[in-house]
Amino acid sequence: MTLMAISVAIFVLLGIEHIRHQARDSFASTVSGVDLIVGAKTGSLNLLLYSVFRVGTPTDNISWASYKDISSNPGVAWSVPISLGDSHQGYRVLGTTTAYFEHFSYGNKRKLSFSAGTPFDATHNVVLGSEVAAALGYSLGAQIILSHGIASTSFTQHKNHPFQITGILDQTGTPVDQTIHVPLAGIEAMHARGSGSLGISSPKEPPQKKIHEDLTPESITAFLLGLNSKMMIFGVQREINTYKKEPMLAILPGVALSELWQMVGLFEDVLRLISALVLVAAVLGLGAVLLASVRERDHEIHLLRVLGAPPYYLFLLIELEALLISLSGMLLGILLLYLCLALVSDNLFASFGLHLSPSVFTSDGFMIMLVVLGAALLTAAVPSMRIYAHARAYDNH
Amino acid sequence: MTIELNRVNFAHAETPEKPVLAIDHWSLSAGEQVFIHGPSGSGKSTLLNLLSGLLECRDGEISVLGARLNTMNSRQRDKFRANHIGYVFQRFNLIPYLSAIDNIELARSFSARCADRPTLRQTEDLLCSLKIEPSEWTRPCSRLSTGQQQRVAIARSLVNRPEILIADEPTSSLDQENRDNFMSVLMPLLADHKMTLIFVSHDLSLAQYFPRVQALDEISEAI
Repeated sequence: MTLMAISVAIFVLLGIEHIRHQARDSFASTVSGVDLIVGAKTGSLNLLLYSVFRVGTPTDNISWASYKDISSNPGVAWSVPISLGDSHQGYRVLGTTTAYFEHFSYGNKRKLSFSAGTPFDATHNVVLGSEVAAALGYSLGAQIILSHGIASTSFTQHKNHPFQITGILDQTGTPVDQTIHVPLAGIEAMHARGSGSLGISSPKEPPQKKIHEDLTPESITAFLLGLNSKMMIFGVQREINTYKKEPMLAILPGVALSELWQMVGLFEDVLRLISALVLVAAVLGLGAVLLASVRERDHEIHLLRVLGAPPYYLFLLIELEALLISLSGMLLGILLLYLCLALVSDNLFASFGLHLSPSVFTSDGFMIMLVVLGAALLTAAVPSMRIYAHARAYDNH
Repeated sequence: MTIELNRVNFAHAETPEKPVLAIDHWSLSAGEQVFIHGPSGSGKSTLLNLLSGLLECRDGEISVLGARLNTMNSRQRDKFRANHIGYVFQRFNLIPYLSAIDNIELARSFSARCADRPTLRQTEDLLCSLKIEPSEWTRPCSRLSTGQQQRVAIARSLVNRPEILIADEPTSSLDQENRDNFMSVLMPLLADHKMTLIFVSHDLSLAQYFPRVQALDEISEAI
């Protein structure tokens, strides 16, 4: 029982620590090199979540004119429009331009790279994230049909607009892996002809068409900005936030992320507190079990004393027992954690884009284990001292 | 003299006014084998604990093998006991979850006589001479029969080649046949090793094996 309690406590403590680290790393590495994210007026967290992590739904769109206006600002080095709202078998579809592949970077400013193919150059071309390609078994040249909305079973399929796969991206460990990238014009083409989008067969235009000017979208969901100089970030941000023609919001990814951590932090603290309490209970239980065993082992203690064992030997014997129990508890807990990570990591990745590395051993993890060992030894000192005193003041049975 | 006691008075710390033992003089020469009998609770175990140095005697003088036990500290007495005194109890002579070999090795590990430490081979010889089958050596002691356990206990008590063997009711948990078996194994071994034996029991039928037989109340005047 004690063993189980300790292993569960270790499991929870290390698990939380691990997921916390991984989540931060993974979230922080998802977007890099982007100075500002701009979207319709909403909460900054919401904007961050839907634009970069594909979590949640956009509240409103912003007009293409506003995008054009702001991206022509002299301080803007590059801009990438993104348009969300469609999906394919549960994977989100992102409408964008080829600038996305040039400027979007992740991790330590690493650019997106292609494991096969090239960026799209026609309206009905599509570039898949590595996860999408692997999970659905698509290869270059195949044609896929996108559906309206973001549910995996949508009633509205854009059947008249099959898209041809021209490229597959390398794995990034970010939500990009689960995204299907199409040109903005492709999105426009799908939605422009309403009758076709309902799936009633009315074959119209050939799907392969060079990107036309008339397929310029009216609105987009958000856009990413890179500026010429970091010094201009706040100026441009203010300019966007006070933009007269349309209410818009510009956020700094880093600032929004730290807001996210503040929110999640409270939850983490509660979990940590609970697991710390479980641990305290487990360690106290260990102490109680050892104390009881000391009482039952009068004979053994007597025998060891007669054989010439000094009192400190008996002290160490009990401490060693505590050490063994807590070590095996830890081992069990860590094994359990590995098992769970292996089981849920696919799921986590699919639903949150959270990539968990299997390595649990961080310096914090080691600290936790040291603390647990220390606590176990300290608690075991009570029965150990008892046996020591008993051995010293040896008296007749 | 192997053992010599002079003006020894002993009382438990909780009841200082009621002495358990009061021995004016008692001695045992080397190689002597004494049978001490007396009713239970008469202080036999206390005497043995004093002789082995488990209990500290503050009043009087106890010398064993020429060493004064009263002048040693607890650590020194522990070492002395491990090196010079073998012990066999009525029950619970062995750590139940360790094998016979491991129990004997454990006793060996507390002895500091590195130079003439017996080898594993000698331990095995000892077990053979005590009629313990090799197949039983590595089984946990709790699975051995009581008779076997007591014989392993002899082996354990002899492994450090002590000068003195103390036996505290070693046959009380055995039936008639095992008891005779035990005695017939023990006595020749002691003769071989020229060991001094203090054998305590309430069972007077065992007195036939001993040249010297004493009742505890002849030794101690406390009761």
